Amino acid sequence: MLKINNLHVKLEEEDKQILKGVDLEVPAGKVHAIMGPNGSGKSTLSYVLSGKDGYEVTEGSATLEGEELLDLDPEERAAAGLFLAFQYPVEIPGVGNMTFLRTAMNSQRKARGEDELSAADFLKLIREKAKSLEIDADMLKRPVNVGFSGGEKKRNEILQMAMLEPKMCILDETDSGLDVDAMKLVAEGVNALRAEGRSFLVITHYQRLLDHIKPDVVHIMADGRIVKSGGPELALEVENNGYHDILAEVA
Amino acid sequence: MALPQAKLDATQARIAQLEMPEGAAWSNAARQDAASRLRAMGLPGPRDEYWRFTRPDALNAPEAPSAAVLDAEVPPLFDDIDRLRIVFRDGEFDAMASDDLSLENLEIERLSDATSKDIHWAKDLYGVLETRGQTPVARPFAAMNTAFATDGVVLRATGKVSKPVSLVYLHENTESDAILHFVIRVEEGADLTVLESGPAAARFNKCMEVEIADRAAFHHVRAQGRDHERLAVTHLFARLGEESTFKSLTLTVNGRLTRNEAVVEVTGDNAIAHIAGAAVGDGDFHHDDTVFITHDAINCESRQVFKKVLRNGAVGAFQGKILVKAGAQKTDGYQISQALLLDEDAQFLAKPELEIYADDVACSHGSTSGAIDEEALFYLRSRGVPSAEAQDLLTLAFLAEAIEEIEDETIADDILSRLEGWLQRHRSA
Ligand SMILES: Nc1ncnc2c1ncn2[C@@H]1O[C@H](COP(=O)(O)OP(=O)(O)OP(=O)(O)O)[C@@H](O)[C@H]1O
Ligand SMILES: [Mg+2]
Repeated sequence: MLKINNLHVKLEEEDKQILKGVDLEVPAGKVHAIMGPNGSGKSTLSYVLSGKDGYEVTEGSATLEGEELLDLDPEERAAAGLFLAFQYPVEIPGVGNMTFLRTAMNSQRKARGEDELSAADFLKLIREKAKSLEIDADMLKRPVNVGFSGGEKKRNEILQMAMLEPKMCILDETDSGLDVDAMKLVAEGVNALRAEGRSFLVITHYQRLLDHIKPDVVHIMADGRIVKSGGPELALEVENNGYHDILAEVA
Repeated sequence: MALPQAKLDATQARIAQLEMPEGAAWSNAARQDAASRLRAMGLPGPRDEYWRFTRPDALNAPEAPSAAVLDAEVPPLFDDIDRLRIVFRDGEFDAMASDDLSLENLEIERLSDATSKDIHWAKDLYGVLETRGQTPVARPFAAMNTAFATDGVVLRATGKVSKPVSLVYLHENTESDAILHFVIRVEEGADLTVLESGPAAARFNKCMEVEIADRAAFHHVRAQGRDHERLAVTHLFARLGEESTFKSLTLTVNGRLTRNEAVVEVTGDNAIAHIAGAAVGDGDFHHDDTVFITHDAINCESRQVFKKVLRNGAVGAFQGKILVKAGAQKTDGYQISQALLLDEDAQFLAKPELEIYADDVACSHGSTSGAIDEEALFYLRSRGVPSAEAQDLLTLAFLAEAIEEIEDETIADDILSRLEGWLQRHRSA
């Protein structure tokens, strides 16, 4: 599904290398997790994959089902099936959550040559999905993320994911800032989406989320590289001992 | 203080082109008084503080600079709204194109008819609110309008008027120089909506005096037309009685020069005055909103919401003042003026002012200018919304606070569709 090859990325504005040769492959239907110390480049990787400005790819490639992502505009990547649940979801005053989601869905459909969703079908769908994430009607009417609590913002990300039904979902610290119940809700939301043709890349600092969303593979990122990959037990090791031993071992 | 010779000459040269229509004695007196006030104050010059953001030269010029008529099919605005249409063609009333000037709870007369009657209610308003609005700041083009207006209508609402009065201003002559004057009285407990649309003329001077009696409501929505080269200087004078409501929104799309002045005087307790503007300009566009709200009563609310979207050399200006007189306690005054600059060539000039002589008031004002929020833009794009559409969405969101001042949903939708059309035609490359 997602194949990242020797990806090198520096900041556009400064001479600062952030990703220093990332290799990663997430096969269709699988859940991979990325853990790693603060500042190791996890969010940068997710931004570069989704096409945010400000970064320069100096080497390497990233493909989604064989198609080179790095040549595409962010909206084209989305239409191709890539989704990023932001670590810090953006507030957009003046744009209603519903309008936003409907515009997004129909834009993607249009880009893929599909018919737009009728207003009635859209309403039905969003009500159903919002309900399972315990997002009330009032939140749907409010401007995108404006005045949402940290947890509400994260649930809103998952709602968008559930509506857009992407193929490749990247979740950047979707668990941070969530209370225990909200974390369960979010994990259920993600698990409900698990399917053969859909893959997940879950960035997290905590083993706890991975109790709910069982990863097939856990990667450790440090200083802009994947330094170790393993099974779910790797997350436990991080939880118990931190990164010190792992980093010492690969150094 | 004597005026500088240059100013005197310029004023004289401008007036020399104009003819003062004759009417009843009271109307002649009002016009002559306005003409002498105009001579005393003179037309604005480059050194006038009140005109420091906007050059009045093109408005002062004896002849109207010619303005091409927009070469595009412009679908008529407010077409889905049941309304009474009053059409002006290059500043002249067109009876054939207008609806019958009759509507329940409303008196409508052409200005020349009203001002030729010896006894008429308009006598108490014509030039009267305009004169009051001349202090503390001179508004020469308004005095010029009172003196020389050639056409217009007077409206008196005596109850709830069932449909809006729609003033339609057609521009067909590239040299037209129009001066229209409107006098509106909304009687106690009455309710009137006035719509205005169209470019009106190559050069348009419009003055509207509105008296809103106790417990009356006046809603005003105006769309200034799309013709790129047109010039406009307009004045809206409103006086509010007890528990009355005044809401006004102006949409300005294109136009080489527009100066919209609004002078609102809140004289009755518990009144509400909202005045808003949304202006979008690309290239040769200079738009100036100048607002003066005076609170002279207790527990009144005023809101000024002015938003501008500018690109490619377009200039936006805002001068807004809230004056709270001594004794106008519990005043709630709010003022916001903002510009969204779509590129680095656009410019926004603002002078917000508060002057407060009462101690128990809540007044706030703010002014900002900035570019599109890149984070928000990326967020939208990452969800699949194409860049141009995402920009439009954010731009409309920016303007929303102004558009929200329109209470009627159908009218608001109409205004929104105009904005969407403009944004689509003016997307960045
Ligand atoms: N736009 C930017 N400007 C300056 N520095 C940046 C920028 N983007 C990323 N960096 C730097 O790149 C490094 C990696 O940041 P990144 O946000 O990818 O880390 P992370 O692994 O997601 O960290 P965390 O676990 O704290 O979320 C950090 O040192 C960060 O300061
Ligand atoms: Mg991060």
